[in-house]
Amino acid sequence: MTEPETLPVTTALEKTSFLRKYVFSTDHKTIGKQYLFLSLFMAVIGGLLAYYMRWQLAYPETAIPGAGWIPEPFAFDGIVPPEFYDALVTMHGTIMVFFVAMPLLLGAFGNYLLPLMIGAQDMAFPKLNMMSFWTIFTASIVMLASFFVPGGAAAAGWTAYAPLSADPTLTGVTWGLNLWILGLALEFSSFLMGGINFLTTTVTMRAPGLTLFRLPLMVWMQITAAGIFMLSVGPLIAGAILLLLDRTVGTGFFIASRGGDPLLWQHLFWFFGHPEVYVILLPGLGALFEILPTFARKPIFGYRTIVYSIIVAGVLSFVVWAHHMFVSGMDPRLVMPFSITTILISVPFAIVIFAFMATLWGSSLTFPTPMLFALGTIMTFIIGGITGIFNGAAPVDIYVHDTYFVVAHFHFTLFPSAIFAGFAGLYFWFPKMFGRRMNELLGKIHFWWTLIFFNLVFLPMFLLGMGGHMRRLYNPLQYDFLKPLQPVNEFITTAAILLFIGQLPFVINFFWSLFAGKKAEDNPWQANTLEWATSTPPPHDNFATIPTVYRGPYDFSIPESQKDWLPQNEPVEEPSPPDDNVATTTLTEER
Amino acid sequence: MTMSTLSAAQEHPANHRIAVGKMGIWWFLASEIMVFGGFLAIYILYRMASAGAWTQLAEHVSAPIGTFNTVVLLTSSLTMVKAFQAIDAGEKLRTRNFLAATVVLGLAFLGIKAFEYSRELAMGFTPVSGMFWSFYYALTGLHGLHVLAGVIANFVLFVMAMKGSLWPKTQQRVEYVGLYWHFVDVVWIFLFPLLYLSY
Repeated sequence: MTEPETLPVTTALEKTSFLRKYVFSTDHKTIGKQYLFLSLFMAVIGGLLAYYMRWQLAYPETAIPGAGWIPEPFAFDGIVPPEFYDALVTMHGTIMVFFVAMPLLLGAFGNYLLPLMIGAQDMAFPKLNMMSFWTIFTASIVMLASFFVPGGAAAAGWTAYAPLSADPTLTGVTWGLNLWILGLALEFSSFLMGGINFLTTTVTMRAPGLTLFRLPLMVWMQITAAGIFMLSVGPLIAGAILLLLDRTVGTGFFIASRGGDPLLWQHLFWFFGHPEVYVILLPGLGALFEILPTFARKPIFGYRTIVYSIIVAGVLSFVVWAHHMFVSGMDPRLVMPFSITTILISVPFAIVIFAFMATLWGSSLTFPTPMLFALGTIMTFIIGGITGIFNGAAPVDIYVHDTYFVVAHFHFTLFPSAIFAGFAGLYFWFPKMFGRRMNELLGKIHFWWTLIFFNLVFLPMFLLGMGGHMRRLYNPLQYDFLKPLQPVNEFITTAAILLFIGQLPFVINFFWSLFAGKKAEDNPWQANTLEWATSTPPPHDNFATIPTVYRGPYDFSIPESQKDWLPQNEPVEEPSPPDDNVATTTLTEER
Repeated sequence: MTMSTLSAAQEHPANHRIAVGKMGIWWFLASEIMVFGGFLAIYILYRMASAGAWTQLAEHVSAPIGTFNTVVLLTSSLTMVKAFQAIDAGEKLRTRNFLAATVVLGLAFLGIKAFEYSRELAMGFTPVSGMFWSFYYALTGLHGLHVLAGVIANFVLFVMAMKGSLWPKTQQRVEYVGLYWHFVDVVWIFLFPLLYLSY
């Protein structure tokens, strides 16, 4: 796929203005890249906030190097007061979940890959797609602007528990939290638009022959995530309206003294918040489902089982939310049912993990950077998943709730699904997205550094939590029983700083490869799915002719093919034409 | 033989499925159902927990005005369907008239609602006079915003019909806006008994 096909497209594009091509583009590939850059930018901000927090925890109430520029009353010569520390905690969580993980995994990967993988020329609603990006862009500006309003940014935790969030007098934050609600509302509507697009596109615009069970698993993960998000966020939107009324009009939906119920907010938040975990996790797993078979040169183990497991997990994710609330004072009779559903939901994910292992079993593995990150994801996510069972079992949870054990647990689930799987996907699809290869050596340095220091940061946090170190604690030294643990805090902070520095090889690699990397061929990893069937980078309408799909996405090392892979759009060389009826029936038997 | 070969390998899913725009609307309505469903669930749970304490507050809403407004909104659904029927039959004038009727009835609903609000505010029932009134204003307010959005969408369709640009490529928009409009109606069908008739 060289000159004749790309040339007309380039000339067609030259006619469109710069603004239309790069800024207000309706091309899903450009929009995907916009999401990518937005999430990388927000990740830097979220990381910076984490650095300020970590420094305060290790060396309480000392001047933070590099924080001297923050004006009073948010910081005093680099010393962060408790109010601003609360804002740091809140905004770090909000930014990382809603403005880094979701834009990266759903926004960037979903938008870029979904139409390519299903052989469509674009999304079903390209203009809506453009609007979804500019909505989250506005949301990001609103979120960042909330730091600069009087009273500072939201400081009621990323979960915004009432009544702390419902009554402005409790935190002293007025406009900050209103803007936080507005920013999240915009973010939600952005991903609702995106989700409608993903689902509609997948249902109506698949290439000929691409049946549901021939879809790449990444597509399954994206649409399941979109569906879960769409059905879980509604009640929280209603709740957010009520919260905003409490704050501005003076109603009392979440304020007990005015007849309301603070606990209701927790129910509404976690009815969304728990499915949200899977909204982030599933696209991350989706990247793994593409990467592992490609570098194992082996079909994925149990395609249909994986699909059914994920759907079951998606349904179950709606009935586990109260495991976040075991110590909230809700009816204790609810604890046992929610413990049971929580432990039940680990079954489908255990099946997925075993499918990963069975895929790797007896395969011919190679270890380029995307594969390393994929394996790193599995390794670290298993720790996150298993500690989740600790938290889901009420007797243990009552002991570790709201300690650093929980912080460690959810960083072991979200960091692998967002950051490790995100990097795995980025290294894997970078050649397709930007037409150039990334540097392998820098990639490997980046991986090992990130893996080691990620574990050095978050494994000791389990220890802190078991020792009783509270989550969102401003100054650990105010408690005598935490003083012996302070060296652990200092160790974690050192490791965290090194973890940040460890991202430098990536930044250098990313920008250097963007402009000077080795040119990538159309199918650099010899993978089967349709995005590799078009030229690199793909032209404006993706495919010169819409491909026809003959088989499932993971036919590696199968006897029908001479090479060890068989693209979805490549018909098998048939021995003799009269047999073609038989050949087709066997083809349909294959997934 | 050839047919089966074709359908096995070259069948295009898009060929015989629901229209793309309609599917988008249905997904959008699914998410909207969760918003209003969640909202109504909160209201019902609070009301049950209040053990009758809201009854005295709730009896001050005007059921006759509410009933009349329900009739207005239901009639607007009828004119919406008529507009869809007319555009399907290619009758431009009737389409235009029924779209205009839907806009007028939608505005009438909002007007009556505004009259109700002013009446209740004059009686001293503000959003902060008790939990029932908080819910009343929040629920009807959110619903009212949805009605307003529907009125604007219908008005845009009406303007397009006046300019003749509704035909032929964009005429399915009448159906899509109609689906949304009926959804807004159905929400009211839940709100009306829960707010007006339940004391």
